[in-house]
Amino acid sequence: MTVLFTIAAVVAVLSTLMVVTQRNLVHALLYLVISLFAVAVVFYTLGAPFVAALEVIVYAGAIMMLFIFAVMLLNVSADSPLRVPSRAWIGPAILAAVLLAEVIYGLVLTSPPLAGKTVGPVAVSEALYGPYVLGVELASMLLLAALIGARHVAARDGDRDTEGDDA
Amino acid sequence: MAAVSLDHGLILAAILFAIGFAGLLARRNLIVVLACIEIMLNAAGLAFVVAGARWGQADGQVMFLFVLAMAAAEVAVGLAIAIRFRQTLKSLDVDDADEMKG
Repeated sequence: MTVLFTIAAVVAVLSTLMVVTQRNLVHALLYLVISLFAVAVVFYTLGAPFVAALEVIVYAGAIMMLFIFAVMLLNVSADSPLRVPSRAWIGPAILAAVLLAEVIYGLVLTSPPLAGKTVGPVAVSEALYGPYVLGVELASMLLLAALIGARHVAARDGDRDTEGDDA
Repeated sequence: MAAVSLDHGLILAAILFAIGFAGLLARRNLIVVLACIEIMLNAAGLAFVVAGARWGQADGQVMFLFVLAMAAAEVAVGLAIAIRFRQTLKSLDVDDADEMKG
């Protein structure tokens, strides 16, 4: 399925270029979501559906949510308006429509295994909790450390001074 | 069966990584710099998945999961630093933080 891969790759490169070149921060984040969706479609065409789903859920869902929250907390609306004008949606909407058409084509009109061989969630899970179980533990410790570190760094000065008292 | 070749996938990963790297060097907004780091990490993960798909093994996808967890941890700390940056320096321009203070 080289055609699906090529179209998704072109969409990924175009939207990533727009992320880098857009002057408006919110527009850049909008294109970043499309770029992550395109890479998810690339994963699907490579026969990695589990990772494609995680790309959408974790990258385009959770990590982009963090970016949006940071944009709101930082109140950057002074230099770049948060309200996205309607014509700014056209570029991302076209690219997203291309990806949607690809996914519908891939799911409905062709049989699921697009690449030479599909490595499904079962094989990934067996590898993850077999030889790589130490890595899973390390990843959990890393995420806990990031959680505590982010809370400590972002805390206001008043909170930080009283941290030892209420602990 | 026209499978995607290893070269095409790695070329795509290299292009995405190069775009992210160029943005990292060129842009001065701290949020956009973090987004470019996300693009570069995503490209590295794409290279892992392409290599895993080439040999039909799950190891590439497992490594992508670790890259994913690391990216999430990195962006959480990075955005917390961005919030402190804004409070301290009243801007988001990374060039404003060119002085060190012990």
